[in-house]
Amino acid sequence: MIAALILRDLRRGITGAAWLPVAFFLIVAALVPFAIGPDAKLLGQVGGGALWIAALTAALLPIERLVEPDRADGVLDQLALRGVAEEAIGAAKVAGHWLAFGPLLLLATLPAALLLGLDRAMLARSLLALAIGTPGLAALAVAVAALTAGLARAGALAGLLLLPLAVPLLIFGAAASGAGGSAFALEAAVSLLLVAGAPFVTGAAIRAART
Amino acid sequence: MSLLRLEGVACIRGGRRLFEGLDLAIGAGEAVRLVGPNGAGKSSLIRVAAGLLAPAAGRVGRSGEVALADEGVALDRERRLGDALCWWGPRARVETAMAVLGLTDLGQVPVRLLSTGQLRRARLARVVASGAPLWLLDEPLNGLDDDGTDRLARAISEHRERGGAVLAASHVPLAGEWRTLELAA
Repeated sequence: MIAALILRDLRRGITGAAWLPVAFFLIVAALVPFAIGPDAKLLGQVGGGALWIAALTAALLPIERLVEPDRADGVLDQLALRGVAEEAIGAAKVAGHWLAFGPLLLLATLPAALLLGLDRAMLARSLLALAIGTPGLAALAVAVAALTAGLARAGALAGLLLLPLAVPLLIFGAAASGAGGSAFALEAAVSLLLVAGAPFVTGAAIRAART
Repeated sequence: MSLLRLEGVACIRGGRRLFEGLDLAIGAGEAVRLVGPNGAGKSSLIRVAAGLLAPAAGRVGRSGEVALADEGVALDRERRLGDALCWWGPRARVETAMAVLGLTDLGQVPVRLLSTGQLRRARLARVVASGAPLWLLDEPLNGLDDDGTDRLARAISEHRERGGAVLAASHVPLAGEWRTLELAA
């Protein structure tokens, strides 16, 4: 049932609007040179951070589709009746969400790097940093989606919750993109913590929503 | 042996005590209809029985699996009805359930294109296909036409003959022999 849930979420993500966060990511990356000017040196310095801000804001877009439709439609209740733990649902949703948006985002990093004028070394570091960090970003998005499911103005509330919680990932991710080194290890630790913790937060939030 | 046993169960929702000290045992082949005014706690009792809502007091015991038909359709709206139902049960049982509820001709139709009444039947087909011995039905006749009502009655009757049990909250009397449990306002 868990594999079926991952595949269903992946299929929904891909056949739905998976391109939307990626398009948003590219647009934000394209706006940076307009905002700070065409100075290649400056762009190279801020490019890694700009990629992370673009990834973070792109991750916000699908948040209302991650948990709420399944809660409102009774899917989460039916899974519980079949003995599927809410934590397992959370883990499956993290996996499905990352598979739907992570690899596409990594692909979109290539044109985004061109727009930002990143050199090869920085592009390689940015790709690695995003590969390490996007699972954490997906986990955070699922947990926040579960915490806000069913609430009025859930989208805005999710943004207010997610962005501050993503700050450690943003700091270490951007540092890893820029300088690499030990920042990769710190970013991986934060990402791992989020991936490990999100299923439990999601599970508790799904159970709390029933009462 | 009881498929569902409630002992001294109480339920509080939004700070309001809906019911308390409720005892109920449903054995194989039995059917119980919950009645009571709006807000008496019929749907809450169904969810307590399903294990989706923790009782404020008392104990809930179930033996075997439980199938629930409430407001949630729980079917992938982008998939064809037959495939969407197969997400919840083996294809052979799904095809039987679709025939029982008169949905066979709709098997290739995407769920999003079904009418409200057809979705109601699909919800019930999910329960029939589950193979669970205990069915929990929340207002199962809502949105059903006469044919759907007759088909559901036959499905319940066959389920009981096979040793299954049903707990249904319904304002409308259901065909067959039912015990009635009334919840006060």
